Amino acid sequence: MEALTSRSVQVSRKPMSLAERLFLPAIFKGMGITFSHIFKKQPTIRYPEQKREFSPVFRGLHVLNRDEEGRERCTACGLCAVACPAEAITMEAAERLPGEEHLYREEKYAAKYEINMLRCIFCGLCEEACPKDAIYLSETFAPANYTRKGFIYGKDEMVIPNVKTDPEGYAKAKGSPRNN
Amino acid sequence: MTLLALDWLLIIEKLVLIAIIVFASLGIALYTTFAERKVAAVLQDRPGPERAGPFGLFQPFADGLKLIMKEEIIPNSSNKALFILGPGLAMTAALMTCAVIPWGSSVQLFGRTIDLQIADVNIGILYIFGVVSLGVYGIMIGGWASNNKFSLMAALRGASQAISYELAMGIALIALLMTTGSLSLRTIVEQQMAPGHLWNIAYQPIGFLLFFICAMAECNRTPFDLPEAENELNFGYHQEYSSMKLGFYLFSEYVNMIMSSAVMASLYFGGYDIPFFDESVLPQNIAALVGVGTLLLKIVVFIFIFMWIRWTIPRFRYDQLMNLGWKSLIPLALVNMLITGAWILAKL
Repeated sequence: MEALTSRSVQVSRKPMSLAERLFLPAIFKGMGITFSHIFKKQPTIRYPEQKREFSPVFRGLHVLNRDEEGRERCTACGLCAVACPAEAITMEAAERLPGEEHLYREEKYAAKYEINMLRCIFCGLCEEACPKDAIYLSETFAPANYTRKGFIYGKDEMVIPNVKTDPEGYAKAKGSPRNN
Repeated sequence: MTLLALDWLLIIEKLVLIAIIVFASLGIALYTTFAERKVAAVLQDRPGPERAGPFGLFQPFADGLKLIMKEEIIPNSSNKALFILGPGLAMTAALMTCAVIPWGSSVQLFGRTIDLQIADVNIGILYIFGVVSLGVYGIMIGGWASNNKFSLMAALRGASQAISYELAMGIALIALLMTTGSLSLRTIVEQQMAPGHLWNIAYQPIGFLLFFICAMAECNRTPFDLPEAENELNFGYHQEYSSMKLGFYLFSEYVNMIMSSAVMASLYFGGYDIPFFDESVLPQNIAALVGVGTLLLKIVVFIFIFMWIRWTIPRFRYDQLMNLGWKSLIPLALVNMLITGAWILAKL
C-alpha cells in the first residue's frame, strides 16, 4: 500500500540504551533548545498600541458609501439583504422628498438600514450584490459591546462621513492598514 | 531573679533577624512568581506580564490582591479545621527551613557580633530534613480535608513521592556529610571557604546531582509535579481551595524553592563564599553584606535553573516517577556513598 505521507517514520521499539535511560543527555539537549529561545525575536504585537497590518482583501465592518457629491448611494433595493446568507441585513425604504437631492442620489433611499453584527459572517456577498456600489466592507472591525442590542448597527454607525466636511471621520470609517 | 538573667539583647537581635529573613523570603517568593511567568514567557518567545507597572513589576501585587479579593469557599463536606490547617502548615513548614541557613558571616553592630543566621543548630541538616518532611503534611491534610477524590489522589501521590525521594536525598546527603564530618550548615560553609578547599560540588558531583533531582521532587516542581497533574487530577490537592488559602499553597511552593536553593548553595556551592576571592581583606561588615549578596545570587541562579527545567521537560508518568526514584536514584546514591566511604578510607 502506498504511504499517505512521505514524512511517516517507523517507530523504533528498541529497548533504550543506557544513555537514553538516564534521560539526562536528552534533558540537557532540551534545555539547550529552550535556552536558545531566550534570544529569539518575539512575534508579539502589543495590541492597543501596535496594530497588525490587515491583508488587502480583509473584510471588516460595513460602511455605506457616498458618491462624489457626498450623497448616500444606497437606494434600498434589498439585493444585499437577499444575498446575505446569514440574514443579517434589514432595511426600510422611503421616497426622496423635493429638496433632499443633496442628501440622496436616487429617488428612493434607505430610511432604516440595519446589520446585526452578531449574525454577520463578513463574507462580503452584500458588497458583491450591490448594484450601486453603496455597501463596502472596510478594514475596521466591530468593537466589543455590553449588550446584544449594541451589535445591531444602524445608519448612524455605518454611513461613511462626508469626505469633504469630515475627512478624518471618513478615513477612520474606511479604515486602512496605515491609520487603523 | 536568675530566671530573668537572659541576654535580652540576643532575643531582640534574633527577633529582628527572624523578621527580616521571613519578610525577605516572602518578598523574594513574591517576585519569584513574577520571575516564573517571565522566564516561561521568554523561553516560549512571549513577552510575559508587562502591563502592571514598569516592565510589569507590580504584577505580583496585582495577583496577590486578586487572590485576596476572591471569595473564601470552604466546602460543606470538608473537615473544616483540617481544611484551614492545611495551607498554613504548608507555608509554616516552608518558612521554618530558613532558621538554620547561614545567610552570611557575622556583622559588627552596636558593639555586638551578630551572626547572620537565626540558629546555628549543630544538627542543622537533620532539622531541615525534619521540616521538609513536615511539608508533605500540608499537602496530605489539604487533600484529605477537601473530601474530594481528586484531591485525595493527589495528596497520596504527593506523600508517596516525597517519601521515595527523601530516601535518595538522605543517602546522597550522607555521602556529603561523610566528607564534611559535620551536620552544622555554618561549619560546612566555613569548610568550603577555607583556603585550599574547593566547594563540595567538586568532591560530590553525583551527590549534588541526586540532591538536586530530589530537591526538585520535594518542591513538587515539574517534572515531579504529580500532585498537581492538571490533566489527570484536575488541579491536584488544592482543587477545593480558593482565595488566599490557595495562594498560600501556591506561594509555599515558591518559598520551598528558595529554601532548597539556599540549602543547595550552602551545601554544595560554598554558601556565602565568593569564588576566587579572599573575603578577609574586606572590613567585616562589608564582607558579610557582600557574602549575603553572593548567596542571594546563587539562589537566583538555582531558581532560574528550576524554572528553566520546568519549562523544558514534561511531567513524569507515575510509574516513571517511582522507577526513577527507587530503581535509579537510590542505587546510585548508595553507590555514591560507598565510593565516598572508600575514598575517605584510602585517604586515611
